[in-house]
Amino acid sequence: MTSYISKRLLAAIPVLFGLTIIVFLIMAMIPGDPATAILGSYATPENVEKLNRDLGLDKPMFQQYLIWLTNLLHGDLGRSYTLNRPVLDEVMERFSATLILAGTSLILCSVFGLIAGVISAVRQFSWTDRIITFVVLVGISVPSFWLGLLLILVFAVNLKWFPASGMFAIYGGGDLPDLLHHLFLPAVTLAVVATGVIARLTRTAMLEVLRQDFIRTARAKGVSERAVIYRHAFKAALVTVIPVIGIQAGFVLGGAVYIETVFQWPGIGSMLVKAISTRDLLLVQGGVLVVAAAYVLFNLAADVVQTVLDPRLR
Amino acid sequence: MSRSATATTSTAESAKSTSSRPSSLHLLFNNKLATAGLIVFGLIVLVALAAPLLPLANPDATAPVDRLLRPLSDGHLLGTDALGRDILSRLIWGTRVSLAVGISATLIAAFFGSMIGLVAGYAGGRIDTLLMRGIDMVMAFPYILLALAIVAVLGPGLLNALYAIAVVNIPFFARNIRGIALGLSRREFVDAARLSGKSHPQILFLEVLPNVLPVIIITMSTTIGWMVLETAGLSFLGLGAQPPQADLGSMLGDGRKILFTAPHVSIIPGLMIFALVMSINLLGDGVRDVLDPRLKSGALTRPVARTAVIRDSVPQIAEPDANAVLDVRDLKTEFAFGGEIFKAVGGVDMSVGQGECLGIVGESGSGKSVSAMSIMGLVPTPPGRITGGVALLEGEDLFAATDERIRQLRGSAVSHVFQDPLSTLHPLFTVGDQLVEAIQAHQSLSGSEARAKAADLLKLVRIPNPAERLNAYPHELSGGMRQRVCIAMALADDARVIIADEPTTALDVTVQAQVLALLDTLRKERNAGILFITHDFGVVSAICDRVAVMYAGKFVETGKTEDILSSPAHPYTAKLIDCVPVLGQPERRLDAIEGRPPVVNKLPIGCAFAPRCPRAQDDCRAAPIPITRFGDGRTVRCIHPLTGEAANA
Repeated sequence: MTSYISKRLLAAIPVLFGLTIIVFLIMAMIPGDPATAILGSYATPENVEKLNRDLGLDKPMFQQYLIWLTNLLHGDLGRSYTLNRPVLDEVMERFSATLILAGTSLILCSVFGLIAGVISAVRQFSWTDRIITFVVLVGISVPSFWLGLLLILVFAVNLKWFPASGMFAIYGGGDLPDLLHHLFLPAVTLAVVATGVIARLTRTAMLEVLRQDFIRTARAKGVSERAVIYRHAFKAALVTVIPVIGIQAGFVLGGAVYIETVFQWPGIGSMLVKAISTRDLLLVQGGVLVVAAAYVLFNLAADVVQTVLDPRLR
Repeated sequence: MSRSATATTSTAESAKSTSSRPSSLHLLFNNKLATAGLIVFGLIVLVALAAPLLPLANPDATAPVDRLLRPLSDGHLLGTDALGRDILSRLIWGTRVSLAVGISATLIAAFFGSMIGLVAGYAGGRIDTLLMRGIDMVMAFPYILLALAIVAVLGPGLLNALYAIAVVNIPFFARNIRGIALGLSRREFVDAARLSGKSHPQILFLEVLPNVLPVIIITMSTTIGWMVLETAGLSFLGLGAQPPQADLGSMLGDGRKILFTAPHVSIIPGLMIFALVMSINLLGDGVRDVLDPRLKSGALTRPVARTAVIRDSVPQIAEPDANAVLDVRDLKTEFAFGGEIFKAVGGVDMSVGQGECLGIVGESGSGKSVSAMSIMGLVPTPPGRITGGVALLEGEDLFAATDERIRQLRGSAVSHVFQDPLSTLHPLFTVGDQLVEAIQAHQSLSGSEARAKAADLLKLVRIPNPAERLNAYPHELSGGMRQRVCIAMALADDARVIIADEPTTALDVTVQAQVLALLDTLRKERNAGILFITHDFGVVSAICDRVAVMYAGKFVETGKTEDILSSPAHPYTAKLIDCVPVLGQPERRLDAIEGRPPVVNKLPIGCAFAPRCPRAQDDCRAAPIPITRFGDGRTVRCIHPLTGEAANA
C-alpha cells in the first residue's frame, strides 16, 4: 500500500509539469508585446527592457519556459505590478483563505451529497426520493453567484443572522467563532452544486451496487437489511463516488471565484478576478498555477482513499 | 439466478422491440419533468427569438427620472434598473445573447471535442495516447479556472468568454466520443468498409460518425446547461459581455452593486438564468434517458430485501410429505417488465428430505433458478413477484412469514451457494470478515470465537492454512477456493437445506469434481438436504438422488436419478441427456437441442416443448398437458412419452 501511494505521488509529478507547460503556453498566447502586457500600459521603457531580459523574452520559446520553470522552482513567480509585491507571497496569503472556504464546502458537499444519495436510493420511487431528486436538480441548475446574493438578502440583510461579506469582523473579530460565522453562508453556497452532483452519483452508484450478486449473498446469509445497505452496499458505492468527490474539488475550487467575489472573501478567486481586470498577468499566472496544483493534490488524495477502500487496486 | 434473470430481461427486451417499441419522442413526452423542461425551454427560446417583433421598450434607452422603479410599475412590468432602462426588455434581449453564446459554445465544443474523440478512438495507438494525454492535461485544471486564464490572456469580452467556455468543455466531448469510437472502430462493419477500399475520412464520417451521434447529442444536452451557466458567470464577474452589450450574467453583475437598495434588478436576471438552466437540464436528462439504452426498461431499479408475495389464496396441501424438510407446492413466480408479465415459474411442486439431494435441470431461462430463489425470497422485486403456492420449511409457510423471520431463517435453516463465486463474494471485505458476519448473523459469538469458527469452517471445506486465508480478499483466491469459501459460508449455521444454484458452472472440470465431492460428503456428514440447480446431467448423476427436469417454467419429468438417466420418458429429458459427453464413447454424437426455449410471456396452450420436439403431434398442441404418474416414483408431462428404449431422434 505504501508502495502504491508513493507510486501515485511520483505519477503526480509529470501532471504537475504538464500544468506548468499549459500555464506557460496560455501566457504565451498574450497578443502584442508580453512585457507591456505584464507591466501595464504605464511601464517605462527601462522596465520593459529589464523584464524582457529577466524572462528571456528575446530567446526561443523552449528556453523561455526553462528560465520560467527554474524561477518557479526557486519560488520566484515574479512581481505583481499592481500590488508591488512578490506574486508568491500574495498568492499564498490568499490561498489559505480559499482553502478554508473550499475545504469546508468540500466536506459539506461530501457529507450531504452522500446522505441524500443513499436515502434517495434506499427509498427509490418514494416521495422522499422524488423530492430529493428534484431538489438536487435545482441545486445543479441554480447559478451559485445568484444563490449567494439571495442568501445575503435573506440571512444577512433581513434576518441579520450572518454577516454579508468578509472573512472576519473588522472590529473585535479574528477568532474561530468569528471565522465560522463569516464562513457559513459562502461555504454553503459554494457546496450546493457539488452536493447535487455527489447526491446524484451516489444514488446511481447505490442502485447499481444493490443489484449486484454480493448483495444477494449478504441477504442470503441473513444479514439485517440495515447492514446490507449501510455496510455492504455503501462501501462498494463509496469506491465509485470517491473519485467524483476528487473531481468536485476542482469545481469547488473553481466555483470559489464566484463565491469569493459575491461574499468578498479574501481568497485567490476574488484576487484572480481583480487581477484579470487590471491585467496583472503574473498574478493571474501564479494564482492559476497554485490552485491547479492544489486540485491535483486533492485528486491524489481521492485516489489514495479509494485504494485504502478497495483492495483490488493495491 | 442472475443468469436466468438476465435471460428473461433480454427476452423481455427482444420481445419489446419486435412488438411495438415506442418512438424516442414518445418516450420523451412520457417523462413529465422532461416535457415540462421542453415547454419552458421552448417558451424562452420563442420569446427570445421574437424579441424584435415584440412591443418592447428600447433595452438601452436610459431614463434617469424613472430609475430603479419596482416591478409592476406603470409601463415597466419588471421595473427599471439604475439607469432607468426597462428590465423586461433588457431581460428578453439579454436572454437572446445568453442563449446564443451558450448554444454557440456548445456547438464549438461539440465540434472540436467530437473530432478529437473520433480521431483518437479511430486511429488508436500513438495518436490516441497523444491526444488523450493532452485532454487529460486540460482536465487536470479546475474547469472554471482554465476559462479564467484564457479570458485573462485574451482580455475580457463576450466572444472571448465564449471561446474560453467552449475550450474547457472540449475534453468532455473528446472523452465520451473517443470511448465509443474506440469500440466501433474494432467492429465488423468498419473492417468491411475498410476492405471495400473506403478512405479513412470516408469511414470516419460515413460509418463511425452516425453511430456516435447519440453520444454527441447526450453530451451536448448534459453540458449546454453548464455552458449557459458559466458564460453567465464570466459576465457576472465582468469578464464577459461589456457594456453597452448585456447578457443575463452582466445584468446580474450590474444589479449586485445595488443589491440592498433595489434587489429586483439582480434577482430577476438570476431567476431567468435559473429557469433557463433548469429547463435545459430537465430536458437533457430526458434526452439522455431516451438515448442511453442502459437506462431503458427500468434497468436501475433497486431490488428490495425480499421478493414480493401476492397470493390470491393459500393452497391447502392435501397430503403433506412427512419426510420432507422443504416442501414446495404449486409455486408460481412472475416478472413484470413494462406492461408484460413473464411467467418464469408456472406451478412447481418439489420436496427435499433430510440428507437428500434434489436436482433441478433445464436450459438457461427455464425457470429453475427462479424456482429455487423464490423459496427464501431472493428473486429481485421489482420486477419479480411470487403469485401463488406455498413453501413449507418443516411445516412453516415461508411465504406467510414476516420479513424478520425470513431474515432469521436465511443462512441458518436454509443457506445458499451461488454460481459465480467472484461476483457473489463482496470484493471489499476479507473472506474472514464475510464468514464471521455469516456466523454472527445467527449466533451470539464474540469476535474471536466467531473467527476461530470461521477458520474451522475453512478447514472443513479443505482449504489449506485456514487461519491465514481468513485475511485474504476474494480476488486473491482461485475460483475453486472461492467456491469453497461460499460453501463454508453456507455451512456456518448448520443449515437443514442448502440451495445450490449452479455452484460448479463457473469452475473448470477438475475443480468441479472436487467441489461436487465436497458437497456430497458434507450433506452426508451433516444430514442436510440439497436443492441443486444445474443445466448439466453429468453433474446430476454425480450428486443427485432425485431429479426434476424443468422447461418453460414447469417440471416436465421427475423421478429417481438412475431411472431418468437410464430411461428418460420426456423427449426433452432425452435431448438434455444427449448433450452430456461420455468418457470412453467418442463416437457418441453430442446433440445440441435445436431451436430456443419459448419466451414465457407467450406460452403456447399445449406442450411448450412441442415446437422443438421430434415426436410432437397435433394433440400435443391442442390442450394443456397435465403431469401424470409414470411408474414408481416418477411423473412425466407428456402424452407421447418415450417408453424406456434409447431416445433416437
